[in-house]
Amino acid sequence: MAVYLFADTQVLVQGITGNQGSFHTRQMVNYGTKVVAGVSPGKGGQALEGIPVYDTVAAAAEHHLLDASILFTPAPFAKDAAFEAIDAGVKVLVMLPEHIPVHDALAVTAFAKVRGTVLVGPNTFGVVSSGKCKIGIMPSQFFVPGKVGVVSRSGTLCYEIVGTLKAAGFGTSTVVGLGGDRVVGLSFTDVLAEMEQDSETEAIVMVGEIGGSAEEEAALFIKERVTKPVIAYLAGKSAPPGKRMGHAGAIIERGKGSFAGKVKALNNAGVPVAELPFQVPELVAGSLRK
Amino acid sequence: MKLYEYMGKELFTLYGIPVPAGGVVAVPEEAEVLAGKIGAVVVKSQVLSGKRGKSGGIGFADSPYQARELAAKMLGSRLSGLAVDKILVEKKLQIDRELYLALTIDGALRKPVLLSSAQGGMDIEEVPEELIIKIALDANIGLQPFIAREVTRRLGLSGAVARQVVDILLKMYRIFVERDAELLEINPLVVSGEQVIAADAKVTIDDDALYRQSGLPLVEERTATEKAAHEIGLSYVELDGDIAVMANGAGITMATLDLIEYYGGRAANFLDAGGGAGVEQTAKALELLLARKPKTIIINIFGGITRCDDVAAAFAYVKQNIGIPVPVVIRLVGTNEERGREILRENGIEAYQLMHEAAAKAVQIAREN
Repeated sequence: MAVYLFADTQVLVQGITGNQGSFHTRQMVNYGTKVVAGVSPGKGGQALEGIPVYDTVAAAAEHHLLDASILFTPAPFAKDAAFEAIDAGVKVLVMLPEHIPVHDALAVTAFAKVRGTVLVGPNTFGVVSSGKCKIGIMPSQFFVPGKVGVVSRSGTLCYEIVGTLKAAGFGTSTVVGLGGDRVVGLSFTDVLAEMEQDSETEAIVMVGEIGGSAEEEAALFIKERVTKPVIAYLAGKSAPPGKRMGHAGAIIERGKGSFAGKVKALNNAGVPVAELPFQVPELVAGSLRK
Repeated sequence: MKLYEYMGKELFTLYGIPVPAGGVVAVPEEAEVLAGKIGAVVVKSQVLSGKRGKSGGIGFADSPYQARELAAKMLGSRLSGLAVDKILVEKKLQIDRELYLALTIDGALRKPVLLSSAQGGMDIEEVPEELIIKIALDANIGLQPFIAREVTRRLGLSGAVARQVVDILLKMYRIFVERDAELLEINPLVVSGEQVIAADAKVTIDDDALYRQSGLPLVEERTATEKAAHEIGLSYVELDGDIAVMANGAGITMATLDLIEYYGGRAANFLDAGGGAGVEQTAKALELLLARKPKTIIINIFGGITRCDDVAAAFAYVKQNIGIPVPVVIRLVGTNEERGREILRENGIEAYQLMHEAAAKAVQIAREN
């Protein structure tokens, strides 16, 4: 089954005519994603690779059934575009841009919750159900079908892990990028709950990092609710306290969110933790043998 | 971006939150003049560090002469490593009660939260958790008066004091949203007779929203290199090792630092070139790293939105036009990888496929040079 995205998911691209929007729309279509429409205010009536472009999401919705949308809209306009997609009733919204003001992220998260929209991001690479549908900017060649579900706070690091898994013969069921910002729509716990129910996913890899408490909360959830094997990889072991490592959340403050604390919480929940990316496939293989 | 206390108080005044009478000065004589008008004053050094009280950054003066002496001692001194070039001279308050109020963002709850305590005045980290009232707010409705009234009830306030605290809370929320604040803290909020006054102001503005906050003063807390990096859209943190690091994405950059440490090396920096860095930006990033004279540079690219050929072209550009005097180790995979490898080969570099092999090589080079 996979989670969130399926072979028949119909996708809208907001900001389809921009540089990144058009490049990645082509990549998504090549991967097999059913991109049915695009939106670009003022460019209605044009087409990209045969995909019709509309001025507004409402106009696109008049002609197409829209299951999911991805935003390439620049950060200052992303809140408006996200509201527009949620208001039009998409079930999954992937909010790609980085540097979205945190108050905008709060507003979008709150509205998505009211409407029951699954919000992925902001500051995410997207979601891919391998071999079926990818909504995002991840390099396609690494996402081959398999039985490992992956959920990550970080983008390129997630590709790294998925690439290492593929090299070791493990494909992926669904890979979810939570986003690197402090306020994002999905948590590890949300995705773990979905993957626990998914018939295609046999093991789950969590890609986390220092800072915040998302991994600790996930550990509590895993202990009580997850029966499938979970492996974690955490970045930032060498990071000094008080220095923000790029992501808004990646900082050890007042001793909280440290590498050691997260490892302890995860180990307590029976989750083995890899300290370096290349250790992940071995731990996955071990967990599947049990 | 953190605001200095006096800037925070200017913002409070703009929104009608009462602050003590006073002003900010840069020379001792001005402190004397102000104290002459106000009477007994508190003199507070303006630095972006907490714990000013414990480290001598705050003092009291009963006369204008004392105020000048105190100001002369503080101005030009250093507090927790930070230069004091401005001080705030304010009326000394009669303190009956000290409260704590704050608005911030809880990433785990994905909500704004209102924190309050009847135990203000001391470092909030030292206040026992059961004495802090935490209320998560729904961004769909914001901070409504009923929530503020409930806070005052739980703080044990009544009458005119309660009404003023409600008013201050509503104004704080307006600042929080309208000025894109990540943190807004008043500690202490002083109850002086029937009056409620913000005796301190801690305000942090969301860096990602500064583009729409043109009315705010800019405060610089970064080193020169960190500032230069920020201006070209890079996330950069200075560290104290000798292996310069550039990668694309915060997570993979952290993982690269972890690998360098694992193999026994020390990273000179964290540099996340971000998603979709083009040729020009990447070239500038390289120049930035070279300026700190590392023993070697490791570039670790897993291209998604970033294209490998752009990174390779940037490397070639810097090598041909500026020169790269230190050995460079490059790992390159992902979008347009083949073209990127070709460009590097033309420039005499064979890119690595695996990041841990690249990291091990960089550590080896640093050790040998």
